[in-house]
Amino acid sequence: MKFKKYLSGSVAALCLAATCFGTAALADGKKAEVIHWWTSASEAAAIKVFADRFQEAGGEWVDNGIAGDAAKQTFTNRLLGGNPPQVGQFNVTREFEEIVDAGLLNNLNAEAEAGNWAEVLPGIINNVIKRDGNYYAVPVNIHGSNWLWYNKAAFEKAGAKPPTDWDSFFEAVDKLKADGAVPLAVGGEAWQERLTFNAVLLSVAGRDFYLKLFNDRDAELIKSEKMGEVIDVYTRLRDLVRETDKGSPGRSWNETTSMVITGKAAMQIMGDWAKGEFISAGQKAGVDYGCIPAVIPQSPYMISGDVFVFPKTGNEADRETQSLMVNVMLDKETQVAFNNVKGSIPVRSDVDPSKLDPCGAQAIKLTSSDATHVGSTGMYITPDLAGAIQDIYTEYWNASDMTKEDMVARLVETFETVN
Amino acid sequence: MKYPLISSRLAARLTILPFVVIALTIFVGCVLWSVQLSFTSSKLLPNSDFVGLDQYIRLFNTTRWIVSLKNMVIFGVLFTSGSLILGFLLAVFIDQKVRAESFFRTVFLYPHALSFVVTGLAWQWFLNPALGLQEMVRVAGWESFTFDWLVNRDFAIYTVVFAAIWQASGLVMALMLAGLRGVDPEIWKATKIDGVPTWRVYLHVIIPILGPVIFTSVILLSLSVVKGYDIVVAMTGGGPGIATEVPAKFVLDHLLQRANIGLAMAGATVMLLTVIAALAPWLYVKHVKKGANG
Repeated sequence: MKFKKYLSGSVAALCLAATCFGTAALADGKKAEVIHWWTSASEAAAIKVFADRFQEAGGEWVDNGIAGDAAKQTFTNRLLGGNPPQVGQFNVTREFEEIVDAGLLNNLNAEAEAGNWAEVLPGIINNVIKRDGNYYAVPVNIHGSNWLWYNKAAFEKAGAKPPTDWDSFFEAVDKLKADGAVPLAVGGEAWQERLTFNAVLLSVAGRDFYLKLFNDRDAELIKSEKMGEVIDVYTRLRDLVRETDKGSPGRSWNETTSMVITGKAAMQIMGDWAKGEFISAGQKAGVDYGCIPAVIPQSPYMISGDVFVFPKTGNEADRETQSLMVNVMLDKETQVAFNNVKGSIPVRSDVDPSKLDPCGAQAIKLTSSDATHVGSTGMYITPDLAGAIQDIYTEYWNASDMTKEDMVARLVETFETVN
Repeated sequence: MKYPLISSRLAARLTILPFVVIALTIFVGCVLWSVQLSFTSSKLLPNSDFVGLDQYIRLFNTTRWIVSLKNMVIFGVLFTSGSLILGFLLAVFIDQKVRAESFFRTVFLYPHALSFVVTGLAWQWFLNPALGLQEMVRVAGWESFTFDWLVNRDFAIYTVVFAAIWQASGLVMALMLAGLRGVDPEIWKATKIDGVPTWRVYLHVIIPILGPVIFTSVILLSLSVVKGYDIVVAMTGGGPGIATEVPAKFVLDHLLQRANIGLAMAGATVMLLTVIAALAPWLYVKHVKKGANG
């Protein structure tokens, strides 16, 4: 019986303590808990820019960085459990629309109107952060996921020229191969193989095809000749990697980038986050390494990025804090400072381009006009469908017994059955 | 005199009651909820939009799920039998009254102190053609030496089996050794007098005596087969391609990355049924047969 008493006593004590903490948190004014997944060294340095500016503006930043997908899961669970943080992070995709529909997020129309978002943000991103005409998220950066990075010294040594189309790409490959370098290094993880496929798709089939396929979900296009050409180039790349880059399977993207940095490999197709690796190795864009946005010049540039969302917390004071956070994050100077550390480019097109590096300056030109860029697939299709087609890309990349026709049939079936 | 007895029993039951309630609501309740969700179209958030067997139909039309199930069977059979055999042999070895017994015991048991994640990473480095074993032998002079199972889609799953056996056989050894030490020395004396060869004693006398220990080991090992996730993520990430995917990874990917709770729960339900199917013979022997005898 003593034990039981002790037990109920301690349970009561626990409950009491919990309520105490709860009320303490509510009483404080400009305190914002931020759940995010930027925990690696360069990412943490980037989010610290936001934290510092927010503190300067009179807020109190409570950092809750959680590595990987667990961040979104934690955020969603706390949101559903009725104990949301003031700020949470998502990618610029459709993944948070269910939360919007469930009425769990504050709408940001007032901030959007005051900041003239409709004018300064790229149209595609505007579409994703708006639902039924209302704004629900603050985009903070633009990443481009289809870049070609190459080692200038390796190209000179082999007498190869940076590609201007796929024919000249494979000409360069032959010269590089003869010279002994790995012509194209690909990290053999599913998402990197998907990134490669999308880069090929955009450069071969173009913007309209891409949008019809993913935005209008026109599965007939998969059976078209154009798609056949896409798969042919993808297959040539696959065979090239199998022949020359034996260490590919399972290799991470940054190990792959370091092969290009050291000259072991000549080229890599990767997003602009690779730039951080070149910078931290002390290399200079245009001198030691070259960058071609969209892999093949004149192709559409594929953009993605991160947003922050602001849950309803049931507390008026929090709404003001959230408003302050929105304005800090989208401030012009903060945008440049943050994105230079992060490796991405500012989400607003009205910043001073001279403050960006040569690669970033090329990229911001492509994002200022709607005709030169598209959104990442996640802006048009659900993570479920994106994942299911990624499984097919990676299976084909690694298979020996899967034909082009198999791939087309599987893609069509997936487009028709998965929502 | 009976009164105090009843009251103490009542008190004991009352004490246990909260835990029983918690266990029932959390474990059984969550299991039931998961199963229920597998019949809905739940995406990121749980909903109650009933779609019948749609998720199961999609599940079994998905190549990746089929590959995952096959891998679970390959991994399960090879890992369980491999760990049992290796663990038993190690235990027999140590039971020969070898010198420095405690040293060997520690060495063999040591891998089990590492988590599957660490095991997976260590073996990934060791088997990586560009960094590990293959490169080492090549640098040492044998330049045509090739051992690329880790990056070969037909063999990658076996490297995961190796690593898992390496990790788990120490535990089996410890259990078996305890069992061997419990064998009555008189049995050994008797077989010595009869002149039975040692290997036959092990095979026909000792192994049957170790029955319960073997059974415990099998249960422990099969649990790590079904929930096997971390070692695959650390070693191969499911690749090359989808060659080493396992069911638990399928479920977690659809839960965490792909925002499809319905499909993930359908996968989890199939896993649960697998466990029940594997445990059914044991439950039958333990409860039904005993009941019949008693």
